[in-house]
Amino acid sequence: MKITQISVFLENRKGRLYDVCSLLGGNGVNIRALTIAETESFGVLRIVVDKSDAAIKLLRDNQFVANFTDVVAIEVPDKPGGLASILKLLSEHDVNIEYMYGFVEKFSDKALLVMRFEDTDFAQQVLAKQQIRVVTEKDIEGL
Amino acid sequence: MDVPFWSREIETAERSRIEGLQLQRLRQTIGWALQTALYRKRLSQAGINSPDDIKSLNDLRRIPFTTKDDLRVSFPKGHLAVGMTDVLRVHSSSGTTGIPTVIYYSRDDVDNWTDLLARSIVATGATSADVFQNMMTYGFFTGGLGLHYGAERVGMAVIPIGGGNTKRQIQTMKDFQTTVLHVTPSYLLHIHSKLGEEGVRREDLALRKAFIGAEPHSENTRRKLQDLLQIEAYNSYGLSELNGPGVAFECVFRNDMHVWEDAFIAEIIDPKTGEILQDGQEGELVLTNIVRRATPILRYRTRDLAFLHPQGCDCGRTHRRLSRILGRTDDMLIINGVNVFPSQIEEKIMKIPEVATNYLIHVDKKGALDRLTVKVEIYPKLFLGEVSKLEALKRKIIEELRASITISPAVELHEPGSLPVSEGKAKRVVDDRPKD
Repeated sequence: MKITQISVFLENRKGRLYDVCSLLGGNGVNIRALTIAETESFGVLRIVVDKSDAAIKLLRDNQFVANFTDVVAIEVPDKPGGLASILKLLSEHDVNIEYMYGFVEKFSDKALLVMRFEDTDFAQQVLAKQQIRVVTEKDIEGL
Repeated sequence: MDVPFWSREIETAERSRIEGLQLQRLRQTIGWALQTALYRKRLSQAGINSPDDIKSLNDLRRIPFTTKDDLRVSFPKGHLAVGMTDVLRVHSSSGTTGIPTVIYYSRDDVDNWTDLLARSIVATGATSADVFQNMMTYGFFTGGLGLHYGAERVGMAVIPIGGGNTKRQIQTMKDFQTTVLHVTPSYLLHIHSKLGEEGVRREDLALRKAFIGAEPHSENTRRKLQDLLQIEAYNSYGLSELNGPGVAFECVFRNDMHVWEDAFIAEIIDPKTGEILQDGQEGELVLTNIVRRATPILRYRTRDLAFLHPQGCDCGRTHRRLSRILGRTDDMLIINGVNVFPSQIEEKIMKIPEVATNYLIHVDKKGALDRLTVKVEIYPKLFLGEVSKLEALKRKIIEELRASITISPAVELHEPGSLPVSEGKAKRVVDDRPKD
């Protein structure tokens, strides 16, 4: 099950990240996971939110450069070696990860991670076979 | 003061003799120009169909002006007056668009140009005993090869190091005990600021003179260079359309630049009306090259603002002196000695689909050197969220611009709507370099 990540282009300007967060917050959109890819002169904010359709409309209506990307969120045992065990499985099945970052909350005692794969469909098949729990959009809305 | 000469006779000739030579050479040049597609038609429209139609120097005003745009339209060979068999060298400079301005030189042209540079070098008091480090870029740019040949003709020990690589420049100045430099003023200031870092003291160097040119600078900058490095700095003027360096050069008195009037006819005009102004009045410099066989250029609008001194010089030369360049009549930028037209930048970035229509060209100083930053807005529909794609876009813009303007600008990507809008007279160029 894929979930939607929203990417927002941020130019190197004071208060720009605040602008995004206050816009979303002021309109009742809750950020569930967040990371920033930064370069010398600009950044790309990546977020997973509870209402992604509303959020992207809001951002675009307010002249932000934003787009969707499919990502997969999975549960990882929250203990030493937990992430390593998942990465080992993925690596053995030739699944390449482009980037990943963590959720703030979790459903259970397991940690939640967002992963962007080179080939999302293939990665999902592998995850399903290995019976690794994949988080759905519904899960996120209910978090 | 000892006043050295390369060609004393012509450099100190009576004005009447210089003007006689100018008329004779102008007529010869008209004959050559009539062999080009560029001039045949426009001269004929002005009623000039043979050198005999030029009776006196006063007839010069009947000849239409030539602009950079004319040379763009005639690219590549519309202004070439000989066959390629007779061409010995090609140089080119920035055009206002992607099409450069190209100039051809015959064997005689290179020889005459070299001689003017030897004359210029000797006028500063430099001699065959000097070690000459040429820090100007070689290649299409005329600054490197022009002075190189001139210095060889004088018999100097020539170090053809070319532009950039400050560590190597400093080490070379020390290793070879360089005495004379050819350099842009900003780069020389930069070099001075790096001496300490390289562990080199002034007394480790044998510097005594620098020829400075290719970018405008104030008298204050010249004095600063002279004081900091304890050298004599000589102003140099030239442009590739008129050979390159060696159009005008300062003598030992360092009180503005003698225009070599046996090779060029200099006029100062009102840039708006085209009216010819008197000596001493500031206006646009217009130059005619009267000794170039392969590419005759008549009444070229340099777009440089300057004036000609009405009185002679203590050195005894009769060739009039040209003031330093006081400004431009167009929007050309000079970035570390490289001429850049904003239109060249616009043309390139507007061809890149990921870039929206707003852009800004920003120039400032980083230390002693100029820094060019091109700010563009990204086109929202082409943003897919990938950082690598944006980085690749930035690299692509830098590559495209470097191919056109020869220098690599910094490129900044911005959100749509954050730069001044394209309607009306948006200010596309912001030059924050201090004016001293």
